[in-house]
Amino acid sequence: MFVFESGNIAAATGAKLARVQVIAAYPITPQTPLTEKLSEYVDSGVLDAQYVAVESEHSALAVCIGASSTSARAFTATSANGLLYMAEQLHWAAGARLPLVMCVVNRGIGAPFNIWNDHQDSISQRDTGWIQIYAKDHQEILDSVIKAYRLSEEVCIPVMICYDGYYLSHTYMPYDVPDQSAVDAFLPPYEYRHNLGPKKPTNLNTVTLPGGRPDIHGEFAPGYMELRECLHVEMVQAIDIYRRIDGDFAQLIGRGGNPIAERYLCDDADYVAVALGSMANQIKDVVSRLREEGLKVGLLALALYRPFPNEFLASELSGRKGVIVFEKAISFGHSGALCSDLQAALYPCTSRPVVSNYILGLGGRSYQSSDFYNAIRDCVGRGSADFQNPAWIGLGR
Amino acid sequence: MTTENLRVLTSASYAGPGDAGRTGSWRVLRPVIDYAKCAPAKTGKPACFLCWLYCPDSVVSKTLEPTIDLEYCKGCGICAEECPSKAIAMVEESNFTEMEFPSLTREG
Repeated sequence: MFVFESGNIAAATGAKLARVQVIAAYPITPQTPLTEKLSEYVDSGVLDAQYVAVESEHSALAVCIGASSTSARAFTATSANGLLYMAEQLHWAAGARLPLVMCVVNRGIGAPFNIWNDHQDSISQRDTGWIQIYAKDHQEILDSVIKAYRLSEEVCIPVMICYDGYYLSHTYMPYDVPDQSAVDAFLPPYEYRHNLGPKKPTNLNTVTLPGGRPDIHGEFAPGYMELRECLHVEMVQAIDIYRRIDGDFAQLIGRGGNPIAERYLCDDADYVAVALGSMANQIKDVVSRLREEGLKVGLLALALYRPFPNEFLASELSGRKGVIVFEKAISFGHSGALCSDLQAALYPCTSRPVVSNYILGLGGRSYQSSDFYNAIRDCVGRGSADFQNPAWIGLGR
Repeated sequence: MTTENLRVLTSASYAGPGDAGRTGSWRVLRPVIDYAKCAPAKTGKPACFLCWLYCPDSVVSKTLEPTIDLEYCKGCGICAEECPSKAIAMVEESNFTEMEFPSLTREG
C-alpha cells in the first residue's frame, strides 16, 4: 500500500512491521517524531510493545540491551549528541553481541550548538562494532529497518540505520508499506542464544581476563581478545549475509537488489561519485546531466558503511580515472572518513583512480546540484588530489 | 534465526566454582590450615565447616580434612577470620614462591 508520509514515519512503520516488543527512547531533534509515532502506536494498541520512557539516551540503549538479552526485539532512535551520550552503551551492545536496531537521524554535533543535518554523529561512532547502513529515501528507511532486524538477529551484531535529518526525516514522499504477513514471513521471532531469564540464571559479559581459560565444564572459554576477533570476523561475514537477506526480502516483498550500494550509470564510467545518504539521490540528476553532455560519469550510492565492503569497492572502482567522494563528515586532521576508508580499499588495486574528497553540508550548510556538477567537472582530467586537504563546498556562502 | 554458525557471542558464566577465571593469581596471602587444630580434621567428624560456609568463592571443600582450591582462592582471609579454632593462618605468598618456582631462587 502506498502512503505519503515523512521519513520518520517510514522508520516508525518499519519498526511496527518488525513487531518490536520494547521501545526505549529519549526525544531529540530531528528524531523525535519517530518515537512519538511509536508511542502513539503502543498507546492506541496498534503495536503490542512496552514503551519505556527514560531520562537519557544512555538509559534508552541500556533498556534495549536488557530487553534484547531476554530475547525481546528492541528498538531505539536518536540523533547527534544523544548518540554520543550513548557511546558507552554502543560499545557494550556490540561487545555483548546483541541484536538491536537503532535509527540515527543524522544531525550535526555541538559545540557549537547546531540542530541541522550532517553525518558527523554516526561516522564518529563507526568503530563501536555496530553495523551502519545509510538510507537515501523513505522507502529505503522502511525496508532497511525490517532487513536490519533480520541481519542483526542472524549475525548477533547491532545495526544503525542512518538517515539524514530534515532532508529525509521531515520531508514527505510516497513509499510502499508491505503487508504484515509478508514481513512476518521474512522476519521470524528471535531468540538470543544466552536468553536471560529466571529459569536460566546467567552472568553475561563477565570480567573477561586477557587470556582464555577453562570454564567450569573444563572447556576453553575465550578471553577478551578472542571475543574481539570473533566480532570482527563475523562482521566481515555479514556483508555476504546481508546480500542473501536482501535477496530473501526481494523475493517476499519485491524490492531490493542493491544492499551494499546502488550503482547508477557506473558500467562504462571513467569518473564515479561516491556518497552516503540523501545527497546520492541528488547526485543522480547531476550525473544524468553530465552524461547528456558526453561525460562518462557514474554514481555509487553507498549504503553499507560498516562492515566496509572493501572487495566490492576495489572491484567496482579499480581502473576508473577518478573517484569523487562527497562527505558530510570529517576526521579532523586527516580527511573525510569515508574517503580514507575508500583509499585503503583501493590501495591493493594495480590501476588506482585519483580520489578527490569534497566536504559539504556540515551543520546544515546548504548545497545545490550545481555544487556537485562543478565538483565532478573539476575532477575530470585531474592527475592528483591533495588527500589531507579536501575541498570544502560552500564555505563563506 | 540461524546463529549456530557464530562461534561465540560473549562471556557468559553459570553458577559454579571459579567461573570468573583463575583468580588465585590475585592472592597476596595464602590460607594454610593446621589440621592439628581444625575441628573436623582433629575429631574425624563432619562438624563446623564454617570456612566452607563463609568462603565467598566456594573454594573450601566440605571434607574431613577441608582443602582449599588455590587455583581460585583470592586470599581474602574470611575463612581464617571465621575459624573458631584459629586453625587457619594467612601466610605471605612470597614464602611459597621459591618452592613453586625453584628456577627463580638465588641458588638456582
